[in-house]
Amino acid sequence: MGLSTFKGGIHPNDGKNLSKDKPMKAIFPKGDLVYPLSQHIGVPAVPVVEKGQRVLEGQKIAEAAGFVSAPIYASVSGTVKAIEPRRVAVGDNVMSIVIENDGLYEAASYLKHKPYTELTKDEIRDIIKEAGIVGMGGAGFPTHVKLSPKEPNKIEYVIANCAECEPYLTSDYRRMLEEPEKLVEGLKIILQLFDNAQGILAVEDNKRDCIELLEKLTEKEKRITVKALKTKYPQGAERQLIFASTGRKINSKMLPADAGCVVNNVDTVVAVYHAVTEGKPLMHRIVTVTGNAVADPRNFIVRVGTDYAELIEEAGGFKKEPAKIISGGPMMGFGIFDLHIPVTKTSSALLCLTEDEVAKYEPTACINCGKCVEVCPGRVVPARLADYAQHSDRDKFLKNNGMECCECGCCSFICPAKRPLTQSIKSMRKMVLASRKK
Amino acid sequence: MSDLKHVSSSPHIRHKTTTSHIMFMVIFSLMPATMFGIYNFGVSALMNIVVCVGLSVGSEFIYEKLMHKKVTVNDCSAALTGLLLALNLPPSATWWMSALGSVFAIIVVKQIFGGLGQNFMNPALAARCFLLISFTGRMTNFTYDGVSTATPLALLKSGESVNILDMVIGCTPGTIGETSAIALLAGASFLLIMGVIDLKIPASYILSFVAFITIFGGHGFDITYIVSHLAGGGLMLGAFFMATDYVTSPITAKGQIVFGILLGILTGIFRLFGGSAEGVSYAIIFCNMLVPLIERVTMPKPFGPDKKEVKANE
Repeated sequence: MGLSTFKGGIHPNDGKNLSKDKPMKAIFPKGDLVYPLSQHIGVPAVPVVEKGQRVLEGQKIAEAAGFVSAPIYASVSGTVKAIEPRRVAVGDNVMSIVIENDGLYEAASYLKHKPYTELTKDEIRDIIKEAGIVGMGGAGFPTHVKLSPKEPNKIEYVIANCAECEPYLTSDYRRMLEEPEKLVEGLKIILQLFDNAQGILAVEDNKRDCIELLEKLTEKEKRITVKALKTKYPQGAERQLIFASTGRKINSKMLPADAGCVVNNVDTVVAVYHAVTEGKPLMHRIVTVTGNAVADPRNFIVRVGTDYAELIEEAGGFKKEPAKIISGGPMMGFGIFDLHIPVTKTSSALLCLTEDEVAKYEPTACINCGKCVEVCPGRVVPARLADYAQHSDRDKFLKNNGMECCECGCCSFICPAKRPLTQSIKSMRKMVLASRKK
Repeated sequence: MSDLKHVSSSPHIRHKTTTSHIMFMVIFSLMPATMFGIYNFGVSALMNIVVCVGLSVGSEFIYEKLMHKKVTVNDCSAALTGLLLALNLPPSATWWMSALGSVFAIIVVKQIFGGLGQNFMNPALAARCFLLISFTGRMTNFTYDGVSTATPLALLKSGESVNILDMVIGCTPGTIGETSAIALLAGASFLLIMGVIDLKIPASYILSFVAFITIFGGHGFDITYIVSHLAGGGLMLGAFFMATDYVTSPITAKGQIVFGILLGILTGIFRLFGGSAEGVSYAIIFCNMLVPLIERVTMPKPFGPDKKEVKANE
């Protein structure tokens, strides 16, 4: 196998066939739309609208509250109904702006920018910042921050993360298949920010059709190459992706920029395209609604703020009683206990499974089999780290490189004793990170 | 709010293989050797196997009941310990020896240290060594076809010739499960194909052992001598089924190779320079005790730039 990849990883049942061949379809929300003020990593946005105020589609409703922050835009026209805490996918109550949709979709006038080749680097960065674009692969890191490294000239690779290694997800796949030119143009815009950089479209080789399509489109682009990667989870994890596409390694303390790389997800690159060429802020994203409990699994173009329950309705409802509903993919997504959760900038999928595999198995004693060590892409020893975490032995946890875990979930997946390794390690990491912030 | 769904921390999917699947696969892979042992040694072998498996499972069940612990006999690990112990006993072992060994393996070596996953020595081998020290005469008395004879390894040690073909097929005196190299290798290939074990421990064990006896065996690189050493005694059973025991071998990849090399050297020392012709059991339980140390010095380096690269960049 001549394909680039990394050491470790797993091959779960990918479930992509359910929704792989369903074209993207735009849906129009009927109910209220909810916009949590914190849909990104960094400082929550600050509302700039008041209760009772009428807003237009594409109007800014919350302003970025610092450099590492992002503004939020209304995705429908209507009236601000409330600004109150609402539950989000991770289970927290987050202050949110609630807008009652008037069904008119009256759009604000979007700024017309010059053709992007005539824009300066700072103008492009400002447009991206103003558009509220964040990493749409799941982390939600504000994109303009990623695109403003200390030494832009040292960036040698701009990688578009088209791996989509998470099982069941097909949103990036449909985007690449149906609108590849937007992806390529978006990448060209980002490349304009970095004079010494090459663009890489890194695609897992289970998407051969996308690879061929993108190769054809970029034939004449001197600065863009398509890189086929081995299909393996977590191929799309930032550190593993950088290693597979460029052979460079970074650890948890480094940023991609330290290895001369900038990594952006497919949907993020397309959002950059929309913002720079059409002046449209980030208001939509692709959400895969799938799982064996869903009657008609689909890929939807969804307005941010739409209620998950409406997506299920659009997908024909449930054909079987779901045992577990997950916002995101099965490896790193969040289990949600009811459907009244809004789509945010980082919601990639709504997965409804008829069987709760976690509850099916009871954790038993660790038999030291070493499978977690074999699959760990971070090259740590999950079984030991989980022990230290459960014993609250912070020193040993840190000494044994607990912070190098990327929480991909491979260890919990493979463990024959069904121990919740990732969960224990994740909790400890959260505690360590929280105490460092103080 | 009655219709709330389950929530849990990610990941939300699990691989199908469980601990009991793995234990069952190991038991299954030992079937060729077990069958051959019964064919080779007859009813006494069968009796020992039944006593060992029955009492191992039984004593685990009773202990856990008495201690108000969760009964874990369903994970097949006690049955596997019993089977491995039986395969390591001479067919002429009496029923009470098998019984004593099984209870010792499960209660003393496994349960007292905390049950599955906590024992620091391979229970079956610890029990075998316990019996070997306590009843040396009975444990080293090998009867074959009604005649008390020496094992091929003992013959080899005293400088006599052995029949290699018989050794590979297994028609020789020895413990119940160790004689047939072919049957053991068939089972081992199954485990390798199923991914239950990998070659790190067996290969480094066998290669370092071969290197050792080539240098110190006094026969140079003599294929006949080497093959008879490999097929004789408990080496095949030990290398593929006992040394690879998850609980008592290192969790790190590098550690497994170090473990295998140490085993090869120790087995060589015990066989060539020790009082007995055998050495596998002692080598394995000795190395079991070195595992925490081996793990400590072979912790993997986390994913990230090498130290040199970092310096070059700075």
